[in-house]
Amino acid sequence: MSEKQFREAIREAMVEEMRKDDTIILMGEEVAEYNGAYKVSQNMLDEFGGKRVIDTPISELGFSGIGVGAAMNGLRPIIEFMTFNFAVVGMDQIINNAAKIRYMSGGQLKIPIVFRGPNASAGQLGATHSVAFESLYAHIPGLKVVYASEPYDAKGLLKTAIRDDDPVIFLESEQMYGLKQEIPDEEYTIPFGKGKIKREGDDVTIVAHGKMYHVAKKAAEELAKDGVEAEIIDPRSMKPFDFEMVIESIKKTNRCVIVDESHPFAGMAAEIGFIIQRDAFDYLDAPVQRVTVPDAPAPFAKNLFDLWLPDAKQVIDAVNTVTYRN
Amino acid sequence: MAKKADETFTPTGKVYKSTTLPKPTRKKHTTLGLKDEDLMPVFRNMYLQRRFEERAAQMYQKGKFGGFLHLYIGQEAVSASTVHVLNDDDDIISAYRVHGLALARGTSPNACMAELYGKKTGCSKGKGGSMHFFDVERHFWGGHAIVGAHIPLGAGLAMANKYKKNGRIAICFFGDGAVDQGSLNETFNMAQLWKLPVVFVVENNGYSMGTSVERHSAGQLHKRGEAYGMKNGVANGMDFLSMVESLKDVVEEVRETSEPYFMEVKTYRYRGHSMSDPQNYRTKDELEEFRSFDPIERLKDYILKEKIQTQKEIDEVIEEVDQEVLDAIDFAEKSDAPDDHELFEDIYVQEDFPFHK
Repeated sequence: MSEKQFREAIREAMVEEMRKDDTIILMGEEVAEYNGAYKVSQNMLDEFGGKRVIDTPISELGFSGIGVGAAMNGLRPIIEFMTFNFAVVGMDQIINNAAKIRYMSGGQLKIPIVFRGPNASAGQLGATHSVAFESLYAHIPGLKVVYASEPYDAKGLLKTAIRDDDPVIFLESEQMYGLKQEIPDEEYTIPFGKGKIKREGDDVTIVAHGKMYHVAKKAAEELAKDGVEAEIIDPRSMKPFDFEMVIESIKKTNRCVIVDESHPFAGMAAEIGFIIQRDAFDYLDAPVQRVTVPDAPAPFAKNLFDLWLPDAKQVIDAVNTVTYRN
Repeated sequence: MAKKADETFTPTGKVYKSTTLPKPTRKKHTTLGLKDEDLMPVFRNMYLQRRFEERAAQMYQKGKFGGFLHLYIGQEAVSASTVHVLNDDDDIISAYRVHGLALARGTSPNACMAELYGKKTGCSKGKGGSMHFFDVERHFWGGHAIVGAHIPLGAGLAMANKYKKNGRIAICFFGDGAVDQGSLNETFNMAQLWKLPVVFVVENNGYSMGTSVERHSAGQLHKRGEAYGMKNGVANGMDFLSMVESLKDVVEEVRETSEPYFMEVKTYRYRGHSMSDPQNYRTKDELEEFRSFDPIERLKDYILKEKIQTQKEIDEVIEEVDQEVLDAIDFAEKSDAPDDHELFEDIYVQEDFPFHK
């Protein structure tokens, strides 16, 4: 075991896989000579050369599509977006091409490609740089969507993503790249669709993924001081999603709060909430609550931004609501 | 007061002119590397493309199958010459007016017709339809119906070929409407910068749906390559031998230099954009003008003039193809529709993906 940053864990996943399989390439803005906008791909150009670690122009549509075409024809590209907020201009390639061509061809080809990069907000960057896209991608059949919250999970999940023969959206966060965690020296992978109980508790189930996991964790620590023991489930992959783990937890706690950085309308929290009411209705002692960013674009002003982004206090409030402590 | 012309944004009143076609080649087939016996299979295939679509249109109008139907009729010299010039393992990708190219590549009329009918025996198992013919075994990569969205895919196919050093090139077809998409410009930039072995071909049939090329594109289409330092040129898509002449050198050069090329093929579709198009945007005279140098008739005349085959032999081939197409309709009609479970097949490679319910 040794302590690694989130960015190092992702890099290790890519490097280890690229050493084993020379059809894997990394493409994106600033990934090669600049060593990565967030230093995720640091030194990868040195090891693998410009044939496999490829700087692209600022052409998200173009390089996403070239990646899909290369994947159809035998390569396994990893496409890095500087942020998924920029991937919006390339979304046609992801939603129409990567996700659907296999189906439309009747299964004649596969598209083993990973689209990865930071997702959601990262401070006061304004409305166009702050959107959490997991709900949007998870909506599309043909894609798999992963959003890790910790370095250990990130490494194991990214290795699974790279080996997967289907297109995978792998979401990260600028604000998590510096997070540290003990990482095993030996190889491991983490399957998609398997959540993890990251804190055990009997009083309430909190479902939180990606960056919001850390908000939930903080809230749980505060709640514990008050004698409320929250069980935190990090689903880790958004699609497929480990509903079974959530339902089983609710059977024990009878209460649930979902924390999600998506907007509330048709977001992940809405879908998780629907499944809970359908499959665990009889176990609920209170309506499910959710904590999300509001139905408003991200503001710039510090005070408004703080109001906009979910924090531990909002999670505590929601837990107090489902436990009737308000 | 401003002139009337200044009161509109999109240019108006201009129509596509056949005079923009480059002169057909005067070279004989033998000079272009074709043997006598090469010509009849080409004629046969071009006629197959034509007859297949004429019959498909009839069946569509009879309500035998749904969806869209975009006919390639008039453009057959482009597909036939492409397949003739390329190696069998070179990679072809195209847009949604794709029946002709699939038939040229060797996908069977049965599989093509069955795909139109949405049957399990179709070339995409009935899951793609008219716009999404695939035959990957024959290096035919579709069949793409978001205008311009497959242009980067074509470059990606070429990138993988270059990466694997397999000697294959890619050829990527699209219509004149696609030239206006950002995807073309982003792809051209990268294809040139990365020296990808790909031939981009705009089949300029004069109309982006119902908007003439003069009304939707500024400047000459092939000149879009200039901005990226990409070699480019114009070819006559209404004549098989002219197309062979143009493509041969280009394909050879792209394979040797691993640099992209942008070819503007001037061609013409006789039918509307799709089956529901009343074609008010063009005149009957214009259509007739183009039909007067029909590529299939032209090749037939050449074959007769050069005494490669007799009229009788040609008639026999025509009869044979007519029957082949009727057989394809029969095959499609008798084929089974996809099974219900197919709804969830081929979405993921993973066989046990837990679909959301």
